[in-house]
Amino acid sequence: MEKWYLMTIVVLIGLTVRWTVSLNSYSGAGKPPMFGDYEAQRHWQEITFNLPVKQWYFNSSDNNLQYWGLDYPPLTAYHSLLCAYVAKFINPDWIALHTSRGYESQAHKLFMRSTVLIADLLIYIPAVVLYCCCLKEISTKKKIANALCILLYPGLILIDYGHFQYNSVSLGFALWGVLGVSCDWDLLGSLAFCLAINYKQMELYHSLPFFCFLLGKCFKKGLKGKGFVLLVKLACTVVASFILCWLPFFTEREQTLQVLRRLFPVDRGLFEDKVANIWCSFSVLLKIKDILPRHIQLIMSFCVTFLSLLPACIKLTLQPSSKGFKFTLVSCALSFFLFSFQVHEKSILLVSLPVCLVLSDIPFMSTWFLLVSTFSMLPLLLKDELLMPSVATTMAFFIACVTSFSIFEKTSEEELQLKSFSISVRKYLPCFTFLSRIIQYLFLISVITMVLLTLMTVTLDPPQKLPDLFSLLVCFVSCLNFLFFLVYFNIIIMWDSKNGRNQKKIS
Amino acid sequence: MAALTIAARTGNWFSALALGVTLLKCLLIPTYHSTDFEVHRNWLAITHSLPISQWYYEATSEWTLDYPPFFAWFEYILSHVAKYFDQEMLNVHNVNYSSSRTLLFQRFSVIFTDALFVYAVHECCKCIGGKEVGKELTEKPKFILSVLLLWNFGLLIVDHIHFQYNGFLFGLMLLSIARLFQKRHMEGAFLFAVLLHFKHIYLYVAPAYGVYLLRLKLKFLDPNKIPKASMTSGLVQQFQHTVLPSVTPLATLICTLIAILPSIFCLWFKPQGPRGFLRCLILCALSSFMFGWHVHEKAILLAILPMSLLSVGKAGDASVFLILTTTGHYSLFPLLFTAPELPIKILLMLLFTIYSISSLKTLFRKEKPLFNWMETFYLLGLGPLEVCCEFVFPLTSWKLKYPFIPLLLTSVYCAVGITYAWFKLYVSVLIDPPVGKTKKQ
Repeated sequence: MEKWYLMTIVVLIGLTVRWTVSLNSYSGAGKPPMFGDYEAQRHWQEITFNLPVKQWYFNSSDNNLQYWGLDYPPLTAYHSLLCAYVAKFINPDWIALHTSRGYESQAHKLFMRSTVLIADLLIYIPAVVLYCCCLKEISTKKKIANALCILLYPGLILIDYGHFQYNSVSLGFALWGVLGVSCDWDLLGSLAFCLAINYKQMELYHSLPFFCFLLGKCFKKGLKGKGFVLLVKLACTVVASFILCWLPFFTEREQTLQVLRRLFPVDRGLFEDKVANIWCSFSVLLKIKDILPRHIQLIMSFCVTFLSLLPACIKLTLQPSSKGFKFTLVSCALSFFLFSFQVHEKSILLVSLPVCLVLSDIPFMSTWFLLVSTFSMLPLLLKDELLMPSVATTMAFFIACVTSFSIFEKTSEEELQLKSFSISVRKYLPCFTFLSRIIQYLFLISVITMVLLTLMTVTLDPPQKLPDLFSLLVCFVSCLNFLFFLVYFNIIIMWDSKNGRNQKKIS
Repeated sequence: MAALTIAARTGNWFSALALGVTLLKCLLIPTYHSTDFEVHRNWLAITHSLPISQWYYEATSEWTLDYPPFFAWFEYILSHVAKYFDQEMLNVHNVNYSSSRTLLFQRFSVIFTDALFVYAVHECCKCIGGKEVGKELTEKPKFILSVLLLWNFGLLIVDHIHFQYNGFLFGLMLLSIARLFQKRHMEGAFLFAVLLHFKHIYLYVAPAYGVYLLRLKLKFLDPNKIPKASMTSGLVQQFQHTVLPSVTPLATLICTLIAILPSIFCLWFKPQGPRGFLRCLILCALSSFMFGWHVHEKAILLAILPMSLLSVGKAGDASVFLILTTTGHYSLFPLLFTAPELPIKILLMLLFTIYSISSLKTLFRKEKPLFNWMETFYLLGLGPLEVCCEFVFPLTSWKLKYPFIPLLLTSVYCAVGITYAWFKLYVSVLIDPPVGKTKKQ
């Protein structure tokens, strides 16, 4: 069958799954006084429509920052404004200043869900389709299967269409950035990535690999000639796009500072709620938050994060390749997730996107990672009453990956890209031949643990003395998995010596 | 890991398709459901709480038991599982009771009983021969048939959104057809007899079975034992037409009989093996749909599902199938009139239509094109029709004065397509030469 029919069918399946998930509950449904992320987005439409730009990020009688104050960069605000104009056309009650607080109705839910779908359809889905079509050295059937698996990734669907967020916009822009930069359209790629950062500041997790890759390209072209020109052009593009997005906020110094204060709340501490990173998971053993003062915590987190991602970034600068770029995106984002401050569990999506991009290279490990990433958000999903869609989409994703890539047949050392590593280790330990087997067993243990924990969380009540027992266990188990993956991805990057230089770029 | 690999390989494409559609059905659980949901809850309550002698007399709710006894027994068995979900749903006086557990139980019961349908599809795939155009899995007739049946749009929205139990019933029918193809005639006849005792609507196709099996000199049906089904009853009020002459049940019966007579004669005098039987069955179903009394739009599935088996065999049949299916499925749109379900029905319809047309076109790419310009134009016209009816019309001033216009337009437009398909199929049945009894399996 022709490629375009199949690709259309894949996109339709993705859209159907998305919309059916959106029929379920959203975060904070029917839970006054604060509600949840859904109400936050509705509130931002109210604020951006009714108040002048200068007041959007400031505390005032009309804009109480304690009640879901804006804490994303200006592009989110502009998007909210656009949605607000449409809302005004349909039903002004939805965004009336003050009186629309906590507004909930079937029609409004339909409207909000539609805005997510339209944004997804315009930005994220075309990027995925184009990315899969541009993949080299794989058959048409595999490209389409790849697109199906990426579009069925449960984490993004459940958060965007269940919990309610607009991650597909920022991730979509980031993906356009990856596409542009990999195909040597560096300026367009940087522009797209700047839009991503200006939509959600968490995209900064991806900024170092972009920077190092582009810098590496400039070095390769020679800093005395074309490389320098490219560097200047890139700098101008980045600066221009930032100025364009932040224009209304650059008029006064206080405006800019206030926005930055809202975007980076350093006062809020190392972590909030339960998240599957180092600081939260190991706080069960050692209460870091209580022992160390706030600024020491910040410095420590900063140092550990940068130490863990430095090797990969340096390698990318010295040997830029699109394969190295994608893997460095994974390891950088994962380092940030595990060691950075004020990380939310939804930030795992920033790691999941690059892992989706390497699905065709290492299907077994990628599928495993993506399953763990969805599992790590289990407490949040259960709170939003999304158990059934979570289980259904996770199983659908798993089946799609198993049938598309035959992942269980791709567990040899070569398929896992660990061959050069194993050879190096075997120079010192000749008996090191069981790496593949170990990884398979680890996979089994991981999946069994995840299934058991899910069953326990759903069916049992936690003991009275430890009400957060199951959430913490989920975080702890996920964190262990993520640490393993961090090591794995760094090994691939560092031992990828011979392939790095001769790697063909995507276009 | 070796065990998992083996499991993944033998759990091949068919299992993946079946599991995939089952997961989609799970995702459809929170969608809108019609009054049929309350109908079945009521029947669970009746069969659970009352003695058998009362089952067909109980009338607390307006939705009285109007299916044959086997279906009542089926609800009785289900009720014994239902009590573990929510005891309250089994109270006859709890009219319109729909707690979340009730919803979960009912939806899961439909999904679970669909297992019979999946098995029947598996058996049907073994029966069809068909040409093998390419080595690609997705181009094999078995694969295409599996998708056309397992992921059938009409069945999905009628069973898993609107709420009915057609899945396992069509499973019985397809299984009996498969058995007839496999020359296991006794089993086929028995399965059909069982099916009739579940839902009497399948009487529409009984003539085809009767004639075919008689023709094979097998007596299976004692006419005196057929339960007296009430084709002319129903909850919809009787109404007299104001403009056109009123139609009586007798008139429709006569029209139906006249319509199916040629195909019956063909089946008797010009045997074409199991394939000919199948065509006759489809024609009986279609004729009854077109001329019968008190026909539900869902009855079009009675023609569409068996036709899928023919569609992967010949290009001519594929062409008729596509016209019938696309218009038939579109005619089901008015069943789902709520706003949240609008994207679902459009997406699923597009999914099924694009897949069926492109896969059958690829399968028969070496023969002449499946559609002529007129047919293409007609099918493409469904798009603008949908836009007009669902998006443009509600915004006009006619919505209040003539609210029936979208329904009227839909019915008329689809009637053209269905009639055309019926006619084309009839022509091919009458014109095609008879073949030997042993048609290739």
